[in-house]
Amino acid sequence: MKSLDELNIIRDRAKIKMKSKKDNTELIRVVVGMATCGIAAGAKPVLDALNDEVSKLGLGNVAVKQTGCIGICQYEPIVEVIEQGKEKVTYVKVNAEKAREIASKHLKDGNVVSKYTVGGTIDSVDDGICSVDDTAFYTKQKRVALRNCGIIDPESIDEYIAVDGFAALGKCLTSLEPDEVVDIVKASGLRGRGGGGFPAGLKWGFTAANKADKKYVVCNADEGDPGAFMDRSVLEGDPYCLIEAMTICGYATGADEGYIYVRAEYPVAVARLEKAIAECNEKNLLGKNIFGSGFEFNLHIRLGAGAFVCGEETALMTSIEGNRGEPRPRPPFPSVKGLFGKPTTENNVETFANIPQIILKGAEWFSGMGTEKSKGTKVFALGGKIMNTGLVEIPMGVTLRETVEEIGGGIPNGKKFKAAQTGGPSGGCIPAEYLDIPMDYDNLLQIGAMMGSGGLIVMDEDNCMVDIAKFFLEFTVDESCGKCTPCRIGTKRLYEILEKITNGDGTLEDLDKMEEICHYIKENSLCGLGQSAPNPVLSTYKHFKDEYIAHVVEKRCPSGVCKNLLSYEIIADKCRGCTACARVCPVDAISGSPKNVHKIDKAKCIKCGACMTRCKFDAIIKK
Amino acid sequence: MKKRISTLQFEGTERQARQLGNIIEGCKKDKSMLMYVMQQAQLIYGYLPYEVQVMIAEGMDVPLEKVYGISTFYSQFTLSPKGKNNISVCLGTACYVKGSKQVLDKVCEVLGINPGECTSDRLFSIEECRCIGACGLAPVIMINDEVYGNLAPGDVEGIIDKYRNKN
Amino acid sequence: MKNINVKVNGIAVSVPEGSTALEAARAAGVEIPTLCFLKGINEIGACRICVVEASDARGLVASCVYPVKEGTEITTNSERLIKSRKTTLELILSDHNKECLTCIRSTNCELQKLCREYGVENQERFAGEMNKYDIDQSAAHMYRDNEKCILCRRCTAACEKMQSVSVIGANDRGFDTHIASPFELPLGSVACVSCGQCITVCPTGALSERDDTQKVIDAIIDPEKLVIVQTAPAVRVGLGEEFGYPLGTIVTGKLITALRRLGFDKVFDTNFSADLTIIEEAAELLGRYTKKENLPLITSCSPGWINFAEFYYPEFIPNISSCKSPQGMFGAVAKTYYAEKMGVDPKDIFVVSIMPCTAKKFEAERAGHSAVPGLPDVDAVLTVRELARMIKKSGILFNQLPDGEYDAPFGLGSGAGTIFGATGGVAEAALRTAVFNITGKNAEKLEFTEVRGTQGIKEATYDVAGNVIRVAVASGLSNARKLLDMVKSGEKEYDFIEIMACPGGCVNGGGQPIQPASVRNVTDIRTERAAGLYKDDLNLPVRLSHENPDIKRLYEEYFECPNSHKAHEILHTGFIERDKY
Ligand SMILES: Cc1cc2nc3c(=O)[nH]c(=O)nc-3n(C[C@H](O)[C@H](O)[C@H](O)COP(=O)(O)O)c2cc1C
Ligand code: SF4
Ligand code: SF4
Ligand code: SF4
Ligand code: SF4
Ligand code: SF4
Ligand code: SF4
Ligand code: SF4
Ligand code: SF4
Ligand code: FES
Ligand code: FES
Ligand code: FES
Repeated sequence: MKSLDELNIIRDRAKIKMKSKKDNTELIRVVVGMATCGIAAGAKPVLDALNDEVSKLGLGNVAVKQTGCIGICQYEPIVEVIEQGKEKVTYVKVNAEKAREIASKHLKDGNVVSKYTVGGTIDSVDDGICSVDDTAFYTKQKRVALRNCGIIDPESIDEYIAVDGFAALGKCLTSLEPDEVVDIVKASGLRGRGGGGFPAGLKWGFTAANKADKKYVVCNADEGDPGAFMDRSVLEGDPYCLIEAMTICGYATGADEGYIYVRAEYPVAVARLEKAIAECNEKNLLGKNIFGSGFEFNLHIRLGAGAFVCGEETALMTSIEGNRGEPRPRPPFPSVKGLFGKPTTENNVETFANIPQIILKGAEWFSGMGTEKSKGTKVFALGGKIMNTGLVEIPMGVTLRETVEEIGGGIPNGKKFKAAQTGGPSGGCIPAEYLDIPMDYDNLLQIGAMMGSGGLIVMDEDNCMVDIAKFFLEFTVDESCGKCTPCRIGTKRLYEILEKITNGDGTLEDLDKMEEICHYIKENSLCGLGQSAPNPVLSTYKHFKDEYIAHVVEKRCPSGVCKNLLSYEIIADKCRGCTACARVCPVDAISGSPKNVHKIDKAKCIKCGACMTRCKFDAIIKK
Repeated sequence: MKKRISTLQFEGTERQARQLGNIIEGCKKDKSMLMYVMQQAQLIYGYLPYEVQVMIAEGMDVPLEKVYGISTFYSQFTLSPKGKNNISVCLGTACYVKGSKQVLDKVCEVLGINPGECTSDRLFSIEECRCIGACGLAPVIMINDEVYGNLAPGDVEGIIDKYRNKN
Repeated sequence: MKNINVKVNGIAVSVPEGSTALEAARAAGVEIPTLCFLKGINEIGACRICVVEASDARGLVASCVYPVKEGTEITTNSERLIKSRKTTLELILSDHNKECLTCIRSTNCELQKLCREYGVENQERFAGEMNKYDIDQSAAHMYRDNEKCILCRRCTAACEKMQSVSVIGANDRGFDTHIASPFELPLGSVACVSCGQCITVCPTGALSERDDTQKVIDAIIDPEKLVIVQTAPAVRVGLGEEFGYPLGTIVTGKLITALRRLGFDKVFDTNFSADLTIIEEAAELLGRYTKKENLPLITSCSPGWINFAEFYYPEFIPNISSCKSPQGMFGAVAKTYYAEKMGVDPKDIFVVSIMPCTAKKFEAERAGHSAVPGLPDVDAVLTVRELARMIKKSGILFNQLPDGEYDAPFGLGSGAGTIFGATGGVAEAALRTAVFNITGKNAEKLEFTEVRGTQGIKEATYDVAGNVIRVAVASGLSNARKLLDMVKSGEKEYDFIEIMACPGGCVNGGGQPIQPASVRNVTDIRTERAAGLYKDDLNLPVRLSHENPDIKRLYEEYFECPNSHKAHEILHTGFIERDKY
């Protein structure tokens, strides 16, 4: 790209291609969600079927495109039909057959196939609603980082340019000094979306202030937090945006080289990034003398290989350097001594994804959203016991209640909300009493949870909080790098205590020891992994102490999860003596003759639950 | 978990050695490419046995222990071959909450092996994995490239049989 | 450099900018415990025993790697810290094979010492699953007991950074992390050079030399055997530390008496065979120098270096002197010349070496060119540590021993032989003799100070009667690697190179007494011990190898002249390329 003018020409041309109304050829744009989730659910055959049918039917005015994550992942595969002047139609749970039907009825004849639309398919959505945009799930959202996801074709640089892509980079390179760029980012109040919430502008400023012959920009796309996939969505749905943002960061901080460290489990993201980088190199949006400004920037991709700790910034850099991903002590901080020993700015994908918009629309626009200390929006990955699992981007400060009940559609099967876990293995849980606090960095920290990367797992009354804590601990024990004593041995011992408790062997002294060692690990560990590993334990202990006590004192798991503490019983009044349970029991623990009340021998029972599922008369209960 | 070192005979071909050689040739100037080379080697050979790690250490001019240390640090690297059909069971939060542990237990029971192992006929191997980004379909397992969602333990046997019969 | 003002436990001190909290504390006279930290070698902040509170940091920080700034206030001994450290110790113990009573490092173990100091009263407080490992006894020189390893990684840092060998490292991760070789191969089957540096930096009993004391005791008891012992140059300056003498103390006299009281039949000095090495090597140098053949000549007296060359730099094998090491030469002469002279069947002579070195254990056992076919030149090698244990076990009160004298005919060693123990010493000794060989007279000043000191690589050029001799000296194998790479690329040219495997030479050998990190981090033990040897050199009556009367007699009576056919048969050997994998 030699100049802004050149960019504008491409943009205008691409816009016409996307919208195309000028010459009355009413282009119909059909997009298929082709992010991992969509592909997993079978979007590829849908895309093929659509293409096939469109060409068979000779629909010259229909453009079938792939796109990234549309957000309602559980209703994949998703097909959207966008026609000028008409309302968008969202088809969900599409398969090849349905796709062909949609092609002939809707694309050819113009009749919406309502039974396959959101409204027609999803119980919780009003029948009349055809577009996902009109669902509660969407209307509450405010899309900044995800604005192009599910809209543009992530493999087309022209489509990115059509939605003002690279305009922010052009603006920076042609009319802003590096320190002005840093100032804008500072003024926007943007905080790191990777977990820590450190102000991005400050970080950029630190690196910019350090003189060095070489500096780097690193994008943390390791997204190791189980249950979070917002970074993946950006990488898969809007890869050019990340490239643009990193280049801007390079310009602002004085770096001429960047690395994107992507977790290996994201092959689709890697493929799209590779393609995007190649194209940017070709179009001189990377490389030497970008926009004729003399600024040079080059970008590389490095793949992780399955280590959660590599999301920690120093471990990530050790890993890029080609080593075991063990964290290094800080200070020195990356802005002083980072990748290959050089000053480095490291940010998360979602953090970067906000940058171009901030440059184009201004710091005030951005800081106009959110709360006093947390500006802008945050993407959450809703999961667990919730109707609408998927990705939502909402302004900071929306309450958990709105998020769960309105956007998330509430909890399935009429169960009761118990808690939401945020921040994954480093985070904590938010119990029902805090459903109404506005979610932002500081509020979450204050109640012992944390924003983390934005994973939001909803739990209902059937989830045992001790078991959940143990689950996260098992994760950290597995993922500890093993370098420092508190984490290598401490988390293991903590896990063992939790195991003891869920097995029914815990004592009150164990609870004290558990708390003590939690605080010890937090204080003494070398890196953030260990420092935050006890959080799930501490926060569940704080909010659900009674559950812990029940396990320890009454040897009872109130939610009926911890196998060792369960027992199955037959209620004599309800049992009809049908013998079904006895026949299904794998260990012959049930005795009784036909037509007579049956009985479970608790000593023999292995708690598999098979009998309970089998009994037609609800005579078997779990205690 | 400690990495299992396979005792199976190494069966690398000339052609594979050539492929790996070419990759090393392109990377050997930059030691930070070591992990990339190992990833490529695993794509070529399916796993990273002694013979392959020696080739990498020699080619990249790094100590063998460094290669081995890396190969046992990252969970993606494996020291034993994968079965023809590799079954990964997601134990990510969403899947766990919806019962993927029971699914895993069932898979192990049906195949008679543990996670990280390969059946003696080399037909199946099992691994545990973290979120594969299909949480909406939880609990999820992935066999080779195919994803099966919304599973109950009872579904496992049938799915495995499908693959058994294919081969 | 600028100084900054900080406070440690309220004590104001001024320290150089860039100092760590640990260094600042030292400056204020405050000790902070460490386990993983080894200055300049292992600065990874891993064990967390050294945590302190710092006014400019949020949580606790590891003082060994935490840089203080102007005005930083450090607290090192609050109740909170003491409790933290105690918990760290308790956690370490929860995955540690606690058998202090039988442990080789008991009373000299950094972990044990801290547990005592911190008053750990319940070593089972965090009892839980423990890692199980087999003891690796496969190597000729050492064993590894990972159940006593605390994963401080000092050994891997030594192997990688000091020695650039890297045959050990951290494998697996998390609770399963452990130190081992690739593919869990036993140490005896990887390209370990047996230098033993890993042992001397290990804070615990996880690493130790192979104990050969019983083999020696059995020989002493055996009435058929004439058991003779040689003591390497650096032993006389190391051994005293085991008995409480300050670093650098020379204890030759007590050493001799102790050996005699242990029952050795004859006590000889390796300094003697060091002189012999010089005579042979100087002749070899002169020969190659005049013919300009296979230059540079590289010394062969460090078996750690020989192993390194055979594994990693086989292309330099033709350059290496064919001389056996002084230990080897001694054994060879003992089983030939001495056996003949004494009229003893060489089979009945049992040669024991007391060495600062673990690689000598390997050398003694390697298949090769022994003087008497079928018999090893040396039968058993004991490190200084093993000897100290023997002395203690026998109830010998070392500090009260009278000084003894070496036996003849191998009891006389020159000052040139003594300085073999320090890096540059061999080069200096060789230069002293080379000057004589070339000019026919001794150099006016016998000290060749350019090649002294602890820098990793030293260079000097000498003009000896118009002959320019370019000398380089390297100690520590990572330095050797650097030097050899420069020679290989043609960047540098030399005539003579001395290489010692251990940083600082044998004074810092893998078989020397173990000094804890609390000493190593503040004292350069290499310099202190070397100073002892240089003092010894000054005090000895003979300071030149070629003036050693015992040596002269040996040539007169047996070898005729340096590099004679017979000398080649007995005193020289050959080296072979060995497979790294
Ligand atoms: C154990 C651990 C794992 C982390 N994983 C991630 C991750 O997967 N992605 C990420 O962006 N940041 C992760 N972080 C946070 C990073 O260390 C770092 O703070 C962040 O990437 C900085 O970027 P930001 O300021 O834009 O958030 C992790 C931190 C820790 C301690
Ligand atoms: S806290 Fe855990 S992950 Fe971090 S350095 Fe220590 S052992 Fe490694
Ligand atoms: S299945 Fe239910 S009703 Fe039938 S015997 Fe069992 S408990 Fe009774
Ligand atoms: S839970 Fe399982 S083992 Fe127990 S009685 Fe029911 S079927 Fe039998
Ligand atoms: S290593 Fe130390 S603490 Fe461990 S058994 Fe030996 S002396 Fe005791
Ligand atoms: S100090 Fe205690 S433990 Fe040690 S030997 Fe004496 S009695 Fe036994
Ligand atoms: S003896 Fe030397 S080469 Fe061998 S492992 Fe120890 S430090 Fe490394
Ligand atoms: S063997 Fe010794 S030096 Fe090596 S890591 Fe273990 S305790 Fe530390
Ligand atoms: S330098 Fe000395 S102690 Fe070290 S290996 Fe060589 S001979 Fe042995
Ligand atoms: S990946 Fe399909 S909607 Fe998210
Ligand atoms: S947790 Fe299983 S796919 Fe996300
Ligand atoms: S962390 Fe400082 S001595 Fe180990």
